[in-house]
Amino acid sequence: MNIQLNGERRQIAAQDLAAALEELGLAAAVVATAVNGEFVPVSARQATPLTEGDALEVLSPMQGG
Amino acid sequence: MKTTDTLTLYGTELRSRLLLGTARYPSPAILMEAVKASGTGLVTVSLRRESAGERAGQGFWSIIRDMGVRVLPNTAGCHSVKEAVTTAHMAREVFGTPWVKLEVIGEDDTLQPDVFALVEAARILGEEGFEVFPYTTEDLIAAERLLEAGCRVLMPWGSPIGSGRGLNNLFGLTALRARFPEVPLIIDAGIGVPSHAAQALELGFDALLINTAVSQAVDPVRMAGAFAQAVAAGREAYRAGPMEPRDMAVPSTPLIGKAFLG
Repeated sequence: MNIQLNGERRQIAAQDLAAALEELGLAAAVVATAVNGEFVPVSARQATPLTEGDALEVLSPMQGG
Repeated sequence: MKTTDTLTLYGTELRSRLLLGTARYPSPAILMEAVKASGTGLVTVSLRRESAGERAGQGFWSIIRDMGVRVLPNTAGCHSVKEAVTTAHMAREVFGTPWVKLEVIGEDDTLQPDVFALVEAARILGEEGFEVFPYTTEDLIAAERLLEAGCRVLMPWGSPIGSGRGLNNLFGLTALRARFPEVPLIIDAGIGVPSHAAQALELGFDALLINTAVSQAVDPVRMAGAFAQAVAAGREAYRAGPMEPRDMAVPSTPLIGKAFLG
């Protein structure tokens, strides 16, 4: 299915958020996730299904002021 | 007078009254040296989109963890309550701290906080167990509302973020200090040079958050050290009790016993 990963279109086979992170090479990274603007904690990733057109945000630590 | 002079924020003692932002340094190595030179115990961090290829965020996070300082995640760039609250949730998970520097920007040219949205977001996050550091203005009523919403620290701006203009509204900031003598007040934003920092501490502000003034200096490490000295001097001056300014000259050398030679 097609999803948006951080604003870019990606095609994935995974059906849930945890599997999608695995497929996208982000499973080992320290990241926080949101689907369609809603925060999804680590503990809920596996139980969060993805559907066509979902917008996935994967954020990581960055410099800030 | 207290013999120890430590800064306590939400029950946590910090080793320095200088808080440092981590953005816009020439290199990670210079950032690390600047943190060391500043003597800070608390640095601000943020969250941004991670790309699977670059992994820049992972490298940055391991540098910060190795430095042994606390982190204060921000919600920089958020323009709505929803965006700021969601970002705070994500930051709490990634950084493992209930502390959040809450920014809700209302206007892009000045990056002035939207204090109405700020109060609402602060209330929501406070109820969820966050310890909120709101980036606000010197407005007394906004400060009152933020405290009612559960904030126990306020971060008023000195002047717009990155402007280096120092304390833009001295009257307003002094009034804020006088109105809330017991609340830790941290000047956040607008400090350009160490004399601005010393001035803020002399006026009784508890701490400062500085980023651009250090990271964009020609020599950020040297500037971090200069700020550390200014903050220490300003705080000592405040504790020593500065004299009252006067409009007319007052001779400092006594006149009694002066020879008549004229």
